[in-house]
Amino acid sequence: MNIRRFTLIFTPYFWLIALFLIPFIIVFKISLSDPALAIPPYTPNFDLSGGWSAIGTFFSQLDFENYEFLLTDDLYWKSYLTSIKIAFFSTVFTLIVAFPIAYGIAKAPLHLRPMLMMLIILPFWTSFLIRVYSWIGILANEGILNNFLLWIGIIDQPLRLINTNIAVYIGIVYTYLPFMILPIYANLEKMDSSLIEAAEDLGCSRIGAFWSITLPMAKSGIVAGCMLVFIPAIGEFVIPSLLGGSSTNMIGKVLWGEFFSNRDWPVASSVAVVLLAILMIPIILFQRHQQKENMNE
Amino acid sequence: MNNRSLSWFNTTSLVLGFAFLYLPMLILIIYSFNSSKLVTVWAGFSTKWYGELFQDEQFMQAAWVTLKVGFFSATAATVLGTMAAYALVRTKKFTGRALFSGMIFAPLVMPEVITGLSLLLLFIAIDLDRGILTITLAHITFSMCFVSVVVSSRLTSFDKSLEEAALDLGCTPFDAFKSVVLPIIMPAVASGWLLAFTLSLDDLVIASFTAGPSSTTLPIKIYSSIRLGVSPQINALSTIMIGIVTVFVITASIISKQSIKKYESEKIRANL
Repeated sequence: MNIRRFTLIFTPYFWLIALFLIPFIIVFKISLSDPALAIPPYTPNFDLSGGWSAIGTFFSQLDFENYEFLLTDDLYWKSYLTSIKIAFFSTVFTLIVAFPIAYGIAKAPLHLRPMLMMLIILPFWTSFLIRVYSWIGILANEGILNNFLLWIGIIDQPLRLINTNIAVYIGIVYTYLPFMILPIYANLEKMDSSLIEAAEDLGCSRIGAFWSITLPMAKSGIVAGCMLVFIPAIGEFVIPSLLGGSSTNMIGKVLWGEFFSNRDWPVASSVAVVLLAILMIPIILFQRHQQKENMNE
Repeated sequence: MNNRSLSWFNTTSLVLGFAFLYLPMLILIIYSFNSSKLVTVWAGFSTKWYGELFQDEQFMQAAWVTLKVGFFSATAATVLGTMAAYALVRTKKFTGRALFSGMIFAPLVMPEVITGLSLLLLFIAIDLDRGILTITLAHITFSMCFVSVVVSSRLTSFDKSLEEAALDLGCTPFDAFKSVVLPIIMPAVASGWLLAFTLSLDDLVIASFTAGPSSTTLPIKIYSSIRLGVSPQINALSTIMIGIVTVFVITASIISKQSIKKYESEKIRANL
């Protein structure tokens, strides 16, 4: 291997090892440490000057206490469950909202499609924080939505929307919608519409043709879209902290609180390790799915 | 079927879908011109919040920090991401390739709280003072993976024989890359840079973990002021940001459309 090739491969490789892999090893190590009133606020610290015996004591002081704590204190395991639940249902809602839009664009006249797709992608380029923020004014107790509903007379008193799980669902569906529409549209667009015409000619009903042809053809796009929403939604911090209430304990928010408010770094680290372990399953499934898709093309 | 006009069902779902996507932002823009501080009451047209925004030293300072971090991190991430993409697409076998491609893929789906926490603990372990440098390092690390994905999809689709021809004709690998590969993948490299820049401008969580007290970025500043509720100044700032992005995306799409047309007409001429 010549020197140029070596540089080409190993510059980005070492960068990722130094700033992606090693940080995780540090997180794992701190998750096995004990909190302490010191700077940095955990013990033991690695001290190479002490020689082999110091390294020995260092390892003997590491334990799984923080993980036991996560299991016994119901704040944590409930937060994991809440995160998975919210991520799951918002994925379903996003799919329900996204599919008709993707389908509509795929069926739109050819010359309109690039423009419609640009309109889907445009919000993705604008700030995520601002898109979440835009819902605060709408969902507030004296916000635009409540005022509107009161004005047309559907409700007598304002609905409590902001700082509830409903607001979190709306926030996730709104901000992650492009991630769901893009892969589904990519699949639907490739679909040969003569297949549906053939099915209809052969006596299939419209809905029957949809279930037996359109949906299976869009399956890999649906799977990819669901993964792209579900995986990041579990660890979401911004949406639950701005739109959710004090009872919306999603794990990203708990981790943030442990670190910044409680200053308990070992617990924050073990929360991160467990979260990563939970995410490993969908991440690996997603990567397999993507590789299979690439092979098919 | 393609050229048939839309059915009522498709039209309705498109109209509702786009209303859902754009109404919240439209409301945000309208209320940035409201002279009342309350979001619920319309008290007449005014641009005073824009004036207040530009006089707010803290916002201007934060915007400057954000642009600096965005520029430097996007540039470095584009170089590293393009290198990574080229290495992974062109070299099928080397030691640790699986780990490498795994590390390129993982940050794309990693929750930001984990990335932020782990980088902060690294910076503390090596005793690096938190500030603009640490935010930039953190942003390079996750954006380079996005750049690499964008660039490698372009690299896999282009004709490898062009590069081989250049090598056969006596080009060094570096020259072949510079004069054959780079011009072809340039649109992907450019959109990779834009993506990295946008991701950096947008990031709240990782920046909050890796920023020091003197290096507040715009998202950190926005977040701390909207935690207290809706503020018309933030509406004004959002309107400016939405405006810039809209102009930018529309210009970029017109330019790319023209370059595609130019490419097509050249191809037709070459065939004649």
